[in-house]
Amino acid sequence: MTPLRVLIVDDEPPARARLRELLDDCRAEVPNAIVGEAGNGIEGLDLVVSSTVDVVLADIHMPGMSGIEFARHIQGLEAPPAVIFVTAHDQYAVEAFELNAVDYLLKPVRASRVASALKKAAAGPRVTREVLDRVDPLPRRFLSVNERGRLTLVPLTDVLYLKAELKYVTVQTGEREYLIEESLARLEQEFAGLFIRIHRNCLVARQRIRGFERLADDEAEASWAVLLEGCVEKLPVSRRQWAQVKALARS
Amino acid sequence: MLLAGVARPSALAEQKESSIRQNDRTNALPDFRNLGIVARILLVVNAAALAAALVRAQRAAEIDARFFEIAFWVEPALFAILAALYAARGALARLRYAAGFACALAIVAVLTGAMSAVQSLLGRTIDWAGLLHGVVLAVALAAVLLEYFRVRNRAFSPALAEARLQALQARIRPHFLFNSLNAVLAIIRGDPKRAERALEDLADLFRSLLADNRQLIAMREEISLCRQYLNLEHLRLGERLQVQWTVDPGAEDALVPPMLLQPLVENAVYHGIEPGLAAGTIEIRIGMEGDRVVVGLSNPYHAEHQHRQGNRMALANIRERLQLHFDVEAKLDAGVDGERYRIDMVMPYRRAP
Repeated sequence: MTPLRVLIVDDEPPARARLRELLDDCRAEVPNAIVGEAGNGIEGLDLVVSSTVDVVLADIHMPGMSGIEFARHIQGLEAPPAVIFVTAHDQYAVEAFELNAVDYLLKPVRASRVASALKKAAAGPRVTREVLDRVDPLPRRFLSVNERGRLTLVPLTDVLYLKAELKYVTVQTGEREYLIEESLARLEQEFAGLFIRIHRNCLVARQRIRGFERLADDEAEASWAVLLEGCVEKLPVSRRQWAQVKALARS
Repeated sequence: MLLAGVARPSALAEQKESSIRQNDRTNALPDFRNLGIVARILLVVNAAALAAALVRAQRAAEIDARFFEIAFWVEPALFAILAALYAARGALARLRYAAGFACALAIVAVLTGAMSAVQSLLGRTIDWAGLLHGVVLAVALAAVLLEYFRVRNRAFSPALAEARLQALQARIRPHFLFNSLNAVLAIIRGDPKRAERALEDLADLFRSLLADNRQLIAMREEISLCRQYLNLEHLRLGERLQVQWTVDPGAEDALVPPMLLQPLVENAVYHGIEPGLAAGTIEIRIGMEGDRVVVGLSNPYHAEHQHRQGNRMALANIRERLQLHFDVEAKLDAGVDGERYRIDMVMPYRRAP
């Protein structure tokens, strides 16, 4: 049996050291090799993309990007590794894992639990994106864009607007645009606090709204466009959304 | 046998002494240096003076004139009494309740009589009957007030007992306990000495948590508890956790409610350090401003870290305990100040024995 290639993602150095020890302890039972260690989800994603990984041991409570968000991003890869979550005390997550049959380890971690989780991960079905979306109550902090096998993270705070076109959604930042394969309705739901819908096909970042401009009103009713900070494009507001957008602009 | 025979009476004596102290806490004179107590005395006495003016006045227009007439006699005596009680607080508190009660009434009688006599002499006549009348009224009012404070104190004592429970509720997060145990497990093989120290710190921390938290403790003890806690967090978080202490040695013997700082420091780590990718600094300042103890604590603020619930609970809990111990004289403010989250506390300085 070829050893399982394991990646450890945890922000606390002693916690990583402990997992190393435990993987070492159960090596006779479940052959494994540690291919890397990361101190947060962002570094972890780099390692997953740049090396071949079968299983990731990911702590949930990490700065920058939670373990669950990390797992959500790697599901965008072609052959994502299995993820085993590690947590000290995260009641909500543990309940959600139980409900959705997601494997997890509790800190302090035991060698026997590591061995059985590795065996299961090597053989069993992997966690799906849908399940992870259900498990994680918090919106993501990044959108992940899969470009020619590379994973690019776009912080939500950089996004000016999201626009649906045919199969894709265009993500516009101050620098450039990206294409992601997600539904605009789902994005609207997940980031309700950050974005507002101005049109059937467009969500704009609330924080970036600078003002509104009246478009040529050759018809009976005037129509309006949103002006965004750092964006030359004027985005038309649909009649249906105007009342809601105007209410937000007032507040 | 002999040792046991000697030990037993002393244990009994100790028990008796503690039960007497218990009794004292419910049957005690009010703290005459407490702003809240003084304010209540002023309010009640002036309300009584106003009521007397209402009774004496024949017409509505006379009320203020009557009130000033009464106030002329009442206020000088009232302030003299408050000053005397302020000065005598320590001595009165050391007496048994009945004796303290009698002494306080004696102070009221003597000062009311003396102030009235002095004021009368300035007017060159003494109305002995009027003076006696005033003294009797003052003593009666004082007795009623002292009884009110005793009853109020009694009503609050279960709350004081509950302070212990509340301190338990402001408990250390399980998140911290399990992560710390995991960190200790990680260093047992490589650095057993450090693991030993960490477990000792953890034991001390839980001993303090489980202790009877009704009695005030010296700030010094609370600071050392926080240092032990921070040692444990340092083991886990390494260089990410930076702490800057500024402690005025004068404030170290101030009496504070137990578990006053630790929950706040724990919140600072949880909300200020753990969500940060870079290292962050927690600043803790403990100093004196006149006869008050001031405590300031700040940590980096992460707007996107939204789990504020735990923090609000800890703040409400500490605010409540400060109020139980210091009434209106203590204050706690918290809020975001630019990039940092700040907590400021003020409480009266009471020296630890």
